[in-house]
Amino acid sequence: MIGNVEVTREIDARGSFCPGPMMELIRVIRSAQIGDVIAILSSDQGSKRDIPKWVTKANQEFIGVETLDGYDRIIVKKVR
Amino acid sequence: MSDKNRMSIVVFDGTVDKLFPVSIIASGGVMNDMRVDIFLTFWGLLAFRKGEPYKVSKVSKDYEEWAPEMMRVLQEKKVSSWYDTLLQAKELGDIHIYACAMTADLFDLGKEDFEPVVDEIIGVGEFIAMAQESGTTLYI
Repeated sequence: MIGNVEVTREIDARGSFCPGPMMELIRVIRSAQIGDVIAILSSDQGSKRDIPKWVTKANQEFIGVETLDGYDRIIVKKVR
Repeated sequence: MSDKNRMSIVVFDGTVDKLFPVSIIASGGVMNDMRVDIFLTFWGLLAFRKGEPYKVSKVSKDYEEWAPEMMRVLQEKKVSSWYDTLLQAKELGDIHIYACAMTADLFDLGKEDFEPVVDEIIGVGEFIAMAQESGTTLYI
């Protein structure tokens, strides 16, 4: 499912610590267009939990998370 | 009435190990769309004098044996400084930073002596009125 999604923008936040990746995603989502799909690469343990929760709370669409080699690729769609 | 979407933080300490949680918790407030009011007093305020934030390197006395190790890992892992984390949170969210008037008077400091991130110098009464309206109040 994740493989078929076309990502508009990818943010590489690997090596950044909590709350860095989450805050970076908030910044990018704000400036993105509705319909944009953002992928964020993150290697910290907090983001993996924080980002999906934030996406739900912010009423955006959580597409999914892939766990890759030592990091996660979290995909979010801006819907509002 | 206290508002669950508001958080007030008193920052008393001016050491790295206390300023980090201040900036991280304030970021958590931003993530949750909260208004965050930060009251800087005593050593917490002195850390916000012009040019100070990036110089702060002390750790609380109780944990000072950890200071070299902490500074080492922060540098080695290229962790964003507590101050950059706070600036980013303030830029993205509804964060207000106040200097305690009593401390400012005590050390003869005016608004121009602080980093521009400090919005205003206010008295304790005004801050406690904010805390009264906040669902969460922390003392760090």
